[in-house]
Amino acid sequence: MRRAFGPAVEGEALVSEEGFSPRYDLDRWTGVITRPGHRLEGASIVDKVCFFPSAKGGIAAGWAFYDLKWKKIAPKAFIFGVTNPVMVQGAIFAGIPITEGWDLDPRQALRSGDWVRVEPTNRTIEVLRRA
Amino acid sequence: MDLTPEERGILAGTRGEAAKRALEYQMAVGAFWGARRFVPVTNVHMMGDIEVMGDGGLQWLRSEARLGARCIVPTTTNARCIDFAHCERLGQDAGEAAKERELIACLQGMDVVTTDTCINYQTVYQPHLGERVAWGDTGTVIYANSVFGARSNFESGPAALAAALTGRTPEYGFHLDEHRRGTFTVQLDAALDDLADWGAVGKLVGQAHQNYFAVPVIHGFRRTPTADELKHLGAALASYGSMAMFHFVGVTPEAPSIEAALGGNVVAESVVIAGEDIERVYRGFRLGDGDARLVVFSGPQQSLLEMKRLAALFAGRRVRAGSSCFVTTNSGVLAQARRLGFAQSLEEAGVTILEGVCFYILQNLSAMREAHRWTNMVSNSAKIVNIIGAHRFNTILRRTAECVEIACSGVLR
Repeated sequence: MRRAFGPAVEGEALVSEEGFSPRYDLDRWTGVITRPGHRLEGASIVDKVCFFPSAKGGIAAGWAFYDLKWKKIAPKAFIFGVTNPVMVQGAIFAGIPITEGWDLDPRQALRSGDWVRVEPTNRTIEVLRRA
Repeated sequence: MDLTPEERGILAGTRGEAAKRALEYQMAVGAFWGARRFVPVTNVHMMGDIEVMGDGGLQWLRSEARLGARCIVPTTTNARCIDFAHCERLGQDAGEAAKERELIACLQGMDVVTTDTCINYQTVYQPHLGERVAWGDTGTVIYANSVFGARSNFESGPAALAAALTGRTPEYGFHLDEHRRGTFTVQLDAALDDLADWGAVGKLVGQAHQNYFAVPVIHGFRRTPTADELKHLGAALASYGSMAMFHFVGVTPEAPSIEAALGGNVVAESVVIAGEDIERVYRGFRLGDGDARLVVFSGPQQSLLEMKRLAALFAGRRVRAGSSCFVTTNSGVLAQARRLGFAQSLEEAGVTILEGVCFYILQNLSAMREAHRWTNMVSNSAKIVNIIGAHRFNTILRRTAECVEIACSGVLR
């Protein structure tokens, strides 16, 4: 990973083929991706280590991640291929680990449901158990 | 990061606990992006409303107020989620409205100027070339960077408020020359006669290059684009592409020529957009069950000249019974539109004008959709067509006059 923030965490991976925005894609009251046609439509991000190739849109993530945490429906971590400042500002504000840059495409190395450990300090992700 | 004596003082608490915490937060964000220093900002524009902040955000804001948080540079607010005059009729939640009022009072207590507009760049503050600002709402940022040549990253609510409290922001991204250079070119070979056409360009370019650091260099257009056209282009590029800057050769200040806009970057890709590409965008929207009962002119809020055009298109016509048509704008534009009679023309046609809000962030929008059994939303704004998906609308982009026709006829083609 190129850049990283936050403490080490473990959790179930959610691997997306598509980018993400909490405003565009997420029901912010349930933590379920509800945008019609999103590749993960119907999936929950709650307590997941979320792998998204890119960040979409908007400013909303800045406040939205903090509110997700307040509602106890936040993900464990965001692992972005390419991200934007809003995702970073929002994740840091909420205290959610966030990273950018992939040495290896997680879509090749991982499947949703695998149990992974994120180490922002070492900038590494380890697969602990396969789904 | 290298800190000045003043910044070390803030960290030591000379400006109070709120400013200290704000600077620590900004240092963490700066560290992520490898910022080496802070740069002063002259103006802050922030998003802060109950729909996006939620109870968690409001609670945090209350604690900031208790810590004595106070803006040290002029700070304005983006469009919010409730127009109190229409709150009840729209079926918005009275409890949330009360929280929104508290939130507004809280911000005002910190010396935030609650302008409630996403078109601050057209109506409130126009920074000059090289001026550093900390703006939120992506449409405002891309306009500032591109059209004014000012410098801002996307600064979300907490980041913008932090900049307001400390008077500075970490220097990364679009504050640095290296990120302001064009990364690919786009030749416009289309007429682009309607605002929606400009949004369609933004969709085509943005969707294919979803990257904050992608900077298109647009060229080849044969007339001078208007401010409203650049506004719809920028809003769509920022929405579909998460982009924060474009160059428009011969139009924007850092693009006297293609070469100057590229600043030595080697072009990896050259895109050409022809009239047929724009038509294909319109044809690409699925009409779903054909529901044509919701037409929206919003996202961004309407300028006075957009209000004028809509008033002319709706003159002598009537929104079809059972259909809803919404226009959103800010209080300043609405006051002028009333004085000039544009607002009355729209209201006589049955259009609802909402003030200080944007349609896609309306509190309780999903419930509103369910109550009206709306399935489709039609708009001339590519941004709102893209952004409203989480509320489960099927969305359809159409040109401005066609949107008016759909609102009045109830027929969707």
